[in-house]
Amino acid sequence: MGMFDPLKGFGVTFSTMFKKVVTEQYPEDYYPTAPRYHGRHQLNRHPDGLEKCVGCELCAWACPADAIFVEGGDNTEEARYSPGERYGLDYQINYLRCIGCGLCIEACPTRSLTMVNFYELADDDRQKLIYTKEDLMAPLLPGMEQPPHPMRLGESEQDYYVHGPELARGRGVPSGETVETSVEEAIQ
Amino acid sequence: MTMAPEETETEVPEGHVKLIVDGEEVIAPKGELLIRTAERLGTVIPRFCDHPLLDPAGACRQCLVEVEMGGRPMPKPQASCTMTVADGMVVKTQRTSPVADKAQQGVMELLLINHPLDCPVCDKGGECPLQNQAMAHGRASSRFVDTKRTFPKPLPISSQVLLDRERCVLCQRCTRFSAQIAGDPFIELLERGVHQQVGTAETAAVFSGTPAPEPSDMASKTSSGAPFQSYFSGNTIQICPVGALTSAAYRFRSRPFDLVSSPSVCEHCSSGCAERTDFRRGKVMRRLAGDDPDVNEEWICDKGRFAFRYAAASDRIRKPLVRDAKTGELVETSWTEALRVAADALSKARDARGAAVLTGGRLTVEDAYAYSKFARIALRTNDIDFRARAHSAEELDFLAGVVGTTPDHVSFAAIERAPTVLCVAIEPEDEAPIVFLRLRKAALKHSTKVVHVGQWTTSSVRKTNGELLACEPGGEAAALDGIAQHAKDLDAGLAEAGAVILLGERAAEVVGLFSAVQRLAERTGAKVAWIPRRAGERGALEAGAAPTLLPGGAAVSDADARAALESAWRLDAGVLPSSPGRDTTGILWAAATGDLDALVVGGIDPDDLPDPALARKALAAAGFVLSMEMRPSAVTEHADVVLPIATVDEKSGRFLNWEGRPRPFTVTLEGTNALPDCRVLDTLAVEMDADLFTQTPQASFADFERAVSAGRSVVRETNGSGTAEHSRPHAGESNGNGKLKLATWRQLIDEGSLQAGEPHLAGTARTAVVRLSAATARDHGIEPGEHATVSTERGELTLPAEIADLPDGVVWVPARSPVSIRTALGVGHGGAVSLSGGTA
Repeated sequence: MGMFDPLKGFGVTFSTMFKKVVTEQYPEDYYPTAPRYHGRHQLNRHPDGLEKCVGCELCAWACPADAIFVEGGDNTEEARYSPGERYGLDYQINYLRCIGCGLCIEACPTRSLTMVNFYELADDDRQKLIYTKEDLMAPLLPGMEQPPHPMRLGESEQDYYVHGPELARGRGVPSGETVETSVEEAIQ
Repeated sequence: MTMAPEETETEVPEGHVKLIVDGEEVIAPKGELLIRTAERLGTVIPRFCDHPLLDPAGACRQCLVEVEMGGRPMPKPQASCTMTVADGMVVKTQRTSPVADKAQQGVMELLLINHPLDCPVCDKGGECPLQNQAMAHGRASSRFVDTKRTFPKPLPISSQVLLDRERCVLCQRCTRFSAQIAGDPFIELLERGVHQQVGTAETAAVFSGTPAPEPSDMASKTSSGAPFQSYFSGNTIQICPVGALTSAAYRFRSRPFDLVSSPSVCEHCSSGCAERTDFRRGKVMRRLAGDDPDVNEEWICDKGRFAFRYAAASDRIRKPLVRDAKTGELVETSWTEALRVAADALSKARDARGAAVLTGGRLTVEDAYAYSKFARIALRTNDIDFRARAHSAEELDFLAGVVGTTPDHVSFAAIERAPTVLCVAIEPEDEAPIVFLRLRKAALKHSTKVVHVGQWTTSSVRKTNGELLACEPGGEAAALDGIAQHAKDLDAGLAEAGAVILLGERAAEVVGLFSAVQRLAERTGAKVAWIPRRAGERGALEAGAAPTLLPGGAAVSDADARAALESAWRLDAGVLPSSPGRDTTGILWAAATGDLDALVVGGIDPDDLPDPALARKALAAAGFVLSMEMRPSAVTEHADVVLPIATVDEKSGRFLNWEGRPRPFTVTLEGTNALPDCRVLDTLAVEMDADLFTQTPQASFADFERAVSAGRSVVRETNGSGTAEHSRPHAGESNGNGKLKLATWRQLIDEGSLQAGEPHLAGTARTAVVRLSAATARDHGIEPGEHATVSTERGELTLPAEIADLPDGVVWVPARSPVSIRTALGVGHGGAVSLSGGTA
């Protein structure tokens, strides 16, 4: 070992002080992820606020980690949560198990289940990491109404599904805002 | 050196034919359907309408194959589910024939044209034959671009079956089941061509555009407008190959992959049907019919299918309860404390005036055996009776001869083969629905002559093409004695080999009927089968939960049998009580009058007992009542200690069905911590310084077998000597000032405690009515449709009146309407009542 070696070592440290810093100051600073990052799930709504989830359990079926629990329920004329016969009565995702693979998203036949970029999924209580339907539902945007309520848009089912987003504009959903609600904007 | 195998001509056995399927030579019995022959070779031809237990229909056309006869190909592909094998036939299935494959794909495409793409919300999704076969034999894409045909949905065709006509592929399985198997043609094919649909008259009105009637109006009506009350409608849901018929109770509850399936046995009637219990996260979601050709084939009744919610009721007792001396309320406590209190009180009662056991009729063999042994060792008494219903000493004598009979005596298959079946004091459809299905099958397929000794032409009589031998309630014995003189053809029929006499639980209410049956059987050589209504009665009888019988059926008065049992139980000689015990009414009478200090009561509803008032009095008067229950009941109201016990889903065990066939089942829901009766009694007995060796159902059954084989080693003494001393006021049968005779039995679906929490099932119950003959109605000024009041000095019952072909001077009322007839009127079958026109 040469006598200048310790100085060489300090030289590395010293020179680094003048280089650009790559460390992200999390949690003081919050950097957005890549747009398609697989973060937390979200259960989307139709433009009038009804849930898109039909409780079909295909997400639970697709899940390789068995992280999703769904139980279907029966819509009645008095209490309608989603268009059609069936809705998701109980919906839970266990983030202790979820591996973020996104197969559930691909399985969803109604595009009810999507993933947002939110990634702060850590806690000191295992129970809190089982997200229930209340935690996962997309927030109500202007013009939306908390279910249960009847289908508000259009004359027929065809109208509701095909022209729903345009019809919703007339009910106060601001232009430029996507009606396939996403919290991405809200969080950023 | 190897030699080429010699070509040998395969010999065709008698009654068989030789044909070629997919190039393979195969011998098939004459009359076999091509689809089954192919199946035996391992080729599954896709199908929807074909069902092995239903007549061929050729409705869905999915099973098309290419057939060549005598070297000439048939011009078009043929439906293999309707074509039987023939000698020299050459069959090519989709495996080898592109023509058959294309035909099948074409049919599939056609079936899917109007089938909605709603698999995600369909209950059948994941276990759907259409889904599976569309994946296996369908085209990847559809050429259909137009709008699909739609119908309003779902339509309730009864309170428990929902119809979705969009999904229907018109295979007619449901309509054929209803017409052929159940005999309740409540759904039919309606309309023609593209509008063809399954439905009832009410659903037909609900075509697109027509304003829909209230669902409540549509439910529970048949196409004839009569109320739809099939006891077997649930089977149509199970055999529907698409999601067109779904169950209201199971609707959207889970997916097949969520469910863990466990084979189980029905706990409702004495048929002991094989079932499949599907549960999810510790909760039973549904029950399906299991496949047991010897017992229930592939069918079960709606009670067995839907009545399981009682086990998950919110008021289930999960912890032992002890009555607080100060407040008089039942308080939750620990097992140790509750067992100590119970053991102390029972020991004290045993050493004073005694304690008795009423087990109820719903126990497994293991549990009934534990009760039986508990009574004899821990309580040192023969005061034990499993009959929580009308009973008689005569019945007990008869039952001593029933013990030990196996399916070799009379079985379901024997009923099907029998030339003549005589049903005495039993209404098969209400009391043993699977026996009814076999009777109907026998009558339809094997021309069995079914004769019912009863009061009126019930649906059981009609649907079994039966003959009614009408008699007054209570006059059944005389009617049987008169057969030799007045019904010579029936007498001759019963003398034929294989003839069967079926005897129901109501026989205990008719004086002299058991001996009349035995006389008839001895004279004609017909075999007698006793068909109790409850699942546990036969097992309890075998386990010795009866006042005069030891486990295995020896009489308690038989010293040799007692000695053999004492050695099997490793007891000191002479310990077992030798005098015959009291029967249910005797026990209740003794408890009410202070001759007994304590009662150990299993699952019993006082309203089922011959005298509910006496039962309530006995429960209130007894110094100590130990109730082994799962839910609060009329017994727990009076109980001093309540010990919670496991339901059939939570324990293992076996029922003995009416044939004497063991129906074992394992634990469905593991880890509930619920204890079976045998375990609780074992621990309680240890506290009382007696060892039952019934810690688990397995141990209990092993001990039971030891006891039975010990009993067999001694020659059985003729029973019946010890029963005559039951002289006591016969409380139930007050022959008051009434002029009319009452006929009554329990309908399958009523207010029974095991049917609690299931409104959809309750919706298909038959309406409670008073039935009477036109002349009786006229005499009492009752117009049909009006209400009639049946009364005794105890009370009265007002129900709508209906005219039926009863003998004059007889009225029929269901035993639960929903009040128990015993509670309301204080009389049972054969009792005397008065009748008057009543107001609603």
